[in-house]
Amino acid sequence: MSFEQVLDQYKFNDIKDFIFSRTAADVEFALGKEKIDEEDFAALLSPAAVNYIEEMAQKAYRITVQRFGKTIKIYAPMYLSNECANSCKYCGFNRHNEIPRVILTDDQIKLETDIIHNMGIRHILLVTGESPVKVGTDYLINAVNLMKDKFSSVCIEVYPMSVEDYSLMYEHGVDGLTMFQETYNREKYADVHPAGKKRDFAWRLGGPERGAQAGFRTIGLGALMGLEEFRTDQFFLGLHANYLMKNFWKTHISISFPRIRKASGNFKAYEIVDDLGYVQMLLAHRLFQHDLGINVSTRESAEFRDRLLRLGVTHMSAGSKTEPGGYAKEHDGKQFQVEDTRTVEEFCDMVRMNGYDPVLKDWDTYFLNGE
Amino acid sequence: MFKNELVIAGRTFRSRLMVGTGKFPNAKVMADALEASGAEIVTVALRRVDINNPQDDILKQIDPSKYLLLPNTSGARDAEEAVRLARIARAAGCEPWVKLEVTPDPYYLLPDPIETFKAAEILVKEGFKVLPYINADPVLCKRLEEIGTVTVMPLGAPIGSNKGIKTIDNLRIIIEQAKVPVVVDAGIGAPSHAALAIEMGADSVLVNTAIATAKDPVMMAKSFKLGVEAAVTARAAGMPGTRDRAEASSPLTGFLRN
Repeated sequence: MSFEQVLDQYKFNDIKDFIFSRTAADVEFALGKEKIDEEDFAALLSPAAVNYIEEMAQKAYRITVQRFGKTIKIYAPMYLSNECANSCKYCGFNRHNEIPRVILTDDQIKLETDIIHNMGIRHILLVTGESPVKVGTDYLINAVNLMKDKFSSVCIEVYPMSVEDYSLMYEHGVDGLTMFQETYNREKYADVHPAGKKRDFAWRLGGPERGAQAGFRTIGLGALMGLEEFRTDQFFLGLHANYLMKNFWKTHISISFPRIRKASGNFKAYEIVDDLGYVQMLLAHRLFQHDLGINVSTRESAEFRDRLLRLGVTHMSAGSKTEPGGYAKEHDGKQFQVEDTRTVEEFCDMVRMNGYDPVLKDWDTYFLNGE
Repeated sequence: MFKNELVIAGRTFRSRLMVGTGKFPNAKVMADALEASGAEIVTVALRRVDINNPQDDILKQIDPSKYLLLPNTSGARDAEEAVRLARIARAAGCEPWVKLEVTPDPYYLLPDPIETFKAAEILVKEGFKVLPYINADPVLCKRLEEIGTVTVMPLGAPIGSNKGIKTIDNLRIIIEQAKVPVVVDAGIGAPSHAALAIEMGADSVLVNTAIATAKDPVMMAKSFKLGVEAAVTARAAGMPGTRDRAEASSPLTGFLRN
């Protein structure tokens, strides 16, 4: 059974009602258990659990330290291109936005690689807009080959591909995939993706499964908080992670919590998720899946990220630029505004000061490539 | 006399405790914990270090004159990957010792017996001293021993779980049958667990999470050292067997001596 079939067994609004009907007793019941089920997860995501945030945090902290130690894995994105054929209403790369469009040349890729490598980063996430004609698999494979000697791990966050294309990426040394569904509500999804290939909800939803079939070692999921009622979307995100863990037992799953910070352009968010809501979601996921990777990007402020260290997080990006070529020269073609602008070194110092070990390397290209 | 001394593949080590290097809050604490543990065999995940760089944060803390650096293949999904990693470590100048871990499941990190066996066969032929991490499966232990691994390393409980010796009945069989040293490798969460393993007859224990994630890892490393020493001393002292009830003075046959 595909995850799409799993998802079709639920009605978005029924789950929303279920979450909003949870009581303090349901939350206490969930907190009393070692392993929680879907219903308990819904209780921890619910408004009723807001009053139990400290208890959730204490538990999440203990679980995370036991499973991961006091470590934070560090990575950075490299934007290869902001060319995009989509018109996602919330995104800076929307094809209607008048921003400088850039596709990095080989020389530019090498320059970005050197700069990022010199920052100490060894885990790289390659990001593009969705433009398979201009930035397709050949382009990506060439890019990976240009940089893979400099990085221990190369992951991609690009448009959804077929199993064959993902396999090709894996064979060339890409070990992980990130693919955010944005929202698990089909109607809302159609509304915010009015045109372009990304409009195909099911094709995107199946991306992580196809990636896992192709062999990727890590797969990252996420829902853009604020597009829809966020607690409900987080419930489905939890189901999605759970599905992948069960069906692709050799792949490690992680999740991210991108959120809409403020209204941009003409786009009006369904809601703005505050820090309390954000932290509650993160903690609920940790209590639901003890071994899930949890990523926090530089979309969040430095002050907030420092606080999140102890709250179940396992991966953080640092020193990020979100425009193609931005490490060499900043420009306006950003996907989103970076809030935490500290350098990798400054960020790692903060991690150490908090008694955590910033882990720059936790993979090796030798796993996938010849000697 | 049973000593706190371990012989593997003809080489003698000064402690029956082995320690791992993952999950420590920083390299300095790790180094101090290694020192406090008294261990001489230290395992390092190849995925975690830059094996070709002696100045790597972790590697530079492990003085080769004091410790045997035992590279492990943690993260390998199949035999091919594990073999490749072991070769890389040897090419980088490590001694040809490898802690073989083939753990396709990234959550419980349980070892794949089939791929582990395949990799062990290849690595032994290539001259490696292979220490395989496996489930507490007595038959697998014998099979690995037959192909020439220098130890077997059955788990006590899932790695990182701190649950102790949950596989106790199978471990007893493994210890009884083994001709190579038995190292209880995972799940050891307290010095009492380590002591129990040694008291039961295991040759060695490997501890990581319980030390690295303790409030004070250095003090915890010392406590494991003491736990292992206590069990070693107990074995040297000759541990009496257990009985289900107090021994009455011959209630059934006492009349024979009257």
